[in-house]
Amino acid sequence: MEFFEQLLGPAWPAVWTLVKIVAIVLPLMGMVAYLTLAERKVIGYMQVRLGPNRVGPKGLLQPIADALKLLTKEVIIPSGANKFLFVFAPVMSIMPALAAWAVIPFSPELVLADIDAGLLYVLAITSMGVYGVIIAGWASNSKYAFLGGLRSAAQIVSYEIAMGFALVGVLMMSRSLNLSDIVQRQAGGLGALSWNWVPLFPMFLVYLISGVAETNRAPFDVAEGESEIVAGFHVEYSGMAFAIFFLAEYANMILVSTLCAVMFLGGWLSPAPFLPDGFPWLAAKVAFVLFLFLWFRATFPRYRYDQIMRLGWKVFIPVTLVWLIVIGAWMQTPWWPWGQA
Amino acid sequence: MFQTVVFYVFAAILLFAAVRVVTARNPVHATLFLVLAFATASGLWMLLEAEFLAIAMVLVYIGAVMVLFLFVVMMLDVNIDRLREGYWDYLAPGLAIAGMMVAEMAVVLVGRKFGLLTMPAPSPKPADYSNTREIGAVLYTQYVYAFELAAVVLLVAIVAAIALTLRRRKDSKFQDPARQVAVRKQDRIRIVSMPAEKTVSRDS
Repeated sequence: MEFFEQLLGPAWPAVWTLVKIVAIVLPLMGMVAYLTLAERKVIGYMQVRLGPNRVGPKGLLQPIADALKLLTKEVIIPSGANKFLFVFAPVMSIMPALAAWAVIPFSPELVLADIDAGLLYVLAITSMGVYGVIIAGWASNSKYAFLGGLRSAAQIVSYEIAMGFALVGVLMMSRSLNLSDIVQRQAGGLGALSWNWVPLFPMFLVYLISGVAETNRAPFDVAEGESEIVAGFHVEYSGMAFAIFFLAEYANMILVSTLCAVMFLGGWLSPAPFLPDGFPWLAAKVAFVLFLFLWFRATFPRYRYDQIMRLGWKVFIPVTLVWLIVIGAWMQTPWWPWGQA
Repeated sequence: MFQTVVFYVFAAILLFAAVRVVTARNPVHATLFLVLAFATASGLWMLLEAEFLAIAMVLVYIGAVMVLFLFVVMMLDVNIDRLREGYWDYLAPGLAIAGMMVAEMAVVLVGRKFGLLTMPAPSPKPADYSNTREIGAVLYTQYVYAFELAAVVLLVAIVAAIALTLRRRKDSKFQDPARQVAVRKQDRIRIVSMPAEKTVSRDS
């Protein structure tokens, strides 16, 4: 490494950061590919089917076959579509899904950018994801895509508020916006019980469910809503352009699961005080939350649009506001068991 | 040196985007250029080490306000020719307002109250300096009354805006989830025992 450092001179920090970015993005892409397989397998078993099992041993090469198929297909730009924005929309949807990973701490040492305002950064970057959907819906020049885009815009803006309030609770617990600090503060003698999900249980649920809604996953997938508006905002997309929307959706799922694990489930901390901490715990927690995502999709019917709005505005926001006051008051009393707050 | 280059690149993008906001014919394009202008402005603030302001700009303006803007603008059916009507009539008052704004900005920017002498460039802070914590501390101690007052004014504005535009249609149908949950079986179902119309003959 020192040899390269001397060889590249002043360009070394930039090159080294690029290497680190690649080291995060490549495994992420692999994970996205195999998450699609896991989804089909898990839902298959839940519906007493086998799922894909023809390509490779036990269907393990299925994602590669899918990727090759999508790569070789033609990207069709509909007549009357706004060409630049039509091509730009998938980029806008994958950019936030990847950029947010910069501040995620994988272990005490392993984080790309250990910035102080990490939580705010994540909130700001993920709030830009909605543009991909809106621009795609508008630029396609199709009424189904347009309706999907509008639905998605309203839904994501509504659930972002509940999500933000849930994160205020995390902020009060850890007194820091730095994600590494947030994980460190959850360390305590109680193991899994000293993580944020116990004192912030209502917020944990609100965050998890809002996360499902933010990523447009079933049962909140009205932006796609096959039975009503064909495939929603990406109905006109084909080939690689479609694949990028797909990638973004799954990368966002993994991102929300990771954030959930970092902020409420203790990140890399082990559930029992006598076990060593480390990255495998984070991976296990992320896998668990991802499994919940798949389970929801297999179990629940799609919400009706007005019910989604009611849940977001009339249930989640009041719940988080009340719990903020409860937590704030509880912290001031001597009966606060989670250490110096 | 590097920062200066970044500043000029961002400033050029910002100016270009701002000009396109007013010159773009398509209102959706104009809105998207405004988003670009906000994003680059937030980059400039980041250069000034105002990280909280920069991130709050992206979070609030790009992530929420402009999404709703776009939402409304996309559904408008804007007729460009109608907009062009009366261009020359509006030109004179428009120029007057523009001149006034330039003069106002000149008073602030050129005057003695806003120069490098009175407002020195921010000195680089150590890595553990939290901009967010500082703003929070000042906002909730020194300026707490002004801050709360502004919040109440905004709340009143929101309530007023909703109260002015809320129209209840008499014939609109809606569900009351509380009543739906409270329903029991005996409220909806009545089990009646009816005599069979035909007796089944056993021997067939």
